[in-house]
Amino acid sequence: MPAGPAGGSPLPAAALGGGAANAGRGGRSGYGRAAARPPTAPDGRLTRLTRLALSAGPRGDGDGAGAGALRPLYLDVQATTPLDPRVLDRMLPYLTGCYGNPHSRTHAYGWESEAATERARRQVADLIGADPREIIFTSGATESNNMAIKGVARFYKSRKKHIITTQTEHKCVLDSCRSLEAEGFQITYLPVQKNGLIDLKELEAAFQPDTSLVSVMAVNNEIGVKQPIRDIGEICRARKVFFHTDAAQAIGKIPVDVNDLKIDLMSISGHKIYGPKGVGAIYVRRRPRVRLEPLQSGGGQERGLRSGTVPTPLAVGLGAACEVAQEEMEYDHKRISQLAERLVTKIMSEVPDVVMNGDREHRYPGCINLSFAYVEGESLLMALKDVALSSGSACTSASLEPSYVLRAIGADEDLAHSSIRFGIGRFTTEEEIDYTVQKCIQHVKRLREMSPLWEMVQDGIDLKSIKWSQH
Amino acid sequence: MAASSRAQVLRLYRALLRESQRFSGYNYRCRSSRRTYAIRRIRDAFRENKSIKDSEKIEELVNKAKENLEIIHRQVTIGQMYATQKLVIESPGNT
Repeated sequence: MPAGPAGGSPLPAAALGGGAANAGRGGRSGYGRAAARPPTAPDGRLTRLTRLALSAGPRGDGDGAGAGALRPLYLDVQATTPLDPRVLDRMLPYLTGCYGNPHSRTHAYGWESEAATERARRQVADLIGADPREIIFTSGATESNNMAIKGVARFYKSRKKHIITTQTEHKCVLDSCRSLEAEGFQITYLPVQKNGLIDLKELEAAFQPDTSLVSVMAVNNEIGVKQPIRDIGEICRARKVFFHTDAAQAIGKIPVDVNDLKIDLMSISGHKIYGPKGVGAIYVRRRPRVRLEPLQSGGGQERGLRSGTVPTPLAVGLGAACEVAQEEMEYDHKRISQLAERLVTKIMSEVPDVVMNGDREHRYPGCINLSFAYVEGESLLMALKDVALSSGSACTSASLEPSYVLRAIGADEDLAHSSIRFGIGRFTTEEEIDYTVQKCIQHVKRLREMSPLWEMVQDGIDLKSIKWSQH
Repeated sequence: MAASSRAQVLRLYRALLRESQRFSGYNYRCRSSRRTYAIRRIRDAFRENKSIKDSEKIEELVNKAKENLEIIHRQVTIGQMYATQKLVIESPGNT
């Protein structure tokens, strides 16, 4: 450690002692090992203090990577995304000095927070072509989905008791529908075709005179397919039924305009677009007016639809994330498409019997779900320990059941168990892709070598014709 | 207001790249994601705008670049305060 000035402060010595002790355990703080030029700051002494005492990054104390371990590459952007530095920069003032409650009407702290919140609201609205008055801040897309489905259903329940959705929706949508069923509503869960897209004719056939809402997600978080939102919007508008879409994975990645696509309600998630966790928004159309029964009662904030103090730093973060996403959408999409092409082409050219789940064309390129036949998904994930990946969505990863989305697209049971989801995002580098591809190919080959099933397939045996004996 | 000179724009460009090199910690260091992103994004943005002639537009872009320089400077410092371990891809044994 570079020596500090002999300023008489006990801190450097103690920290040095602490640093030495840590070094014995493999140097837990990565910062200590970074042989960078010391960061310059106006106050030189603060810089040294900063380095010695405040190198306080998460140390992996028993949770996660463990002392001294290198961190895996992150290819799980559908689960969550890192904060874009530009977003963090905008949030920090509201986490430090500007801490007022945006609903405080009587003083400057309140006014400044309110101004920031309203600015953020406009940024979110601009991204989707809406009016700022149509944006309500929530705690995330899960809350927005709950609000949309339960709120619309309950408001119109005297005359309308039917809702249409799909089998591949996010758990929060499906669960909201299930809880409405217990309240006496009738739900149609549309099946999807093998490519993951719904059949528009089936959708049209499902409408009833008492249908109040159709809910179809824009981009699926497990297999990346893009539903035909424009067509669905037309169909719903023609029948005067409200159209809700969970656009958490679509916003900021593909162009979404609520008027162009005839969307009446939309769920937005902050932490999927390089914004903070714990915040989202719901778009609620004003013309023609969509009415909702609020889920959360209280002081009437957010037009009475969602009471509770709007968390200014988080809202500012969401707004900044939307603004950055709007600027970077084209650039990111181009890069991510190239990286996706690279990953899929390289893997499929080196390894046989790989299936891509979901339509090849109607998809968002940054979410790739591949099934590797004759390889068990969990073992492959564990073998690829240097890359943060997932099989199936984060919400269902604790259970041993294969993903319901894969089951809905008709994937074979064994293929469903062998699926891995690769997520490519704004910060993913070509090097990370190449490393992932190399490790993936290496381990798939290795696991297949060990597999008796693979051996049988190589010998030309049709696995489906085998009669497994009982013990 | 004098229009931004070529020299001024180049100075800004170099300053942005130099500042981005100092990103450290998870996803910032060496060949790591966010440092790589910043450097690549800066290069591509300057390249994309290099033939703009309208002086007002140039002024606007230069101001934006100055803002971004300050953002990078602040975030580099914060990143160094809260640095995590290196990525597997940064270890020489893993190339």
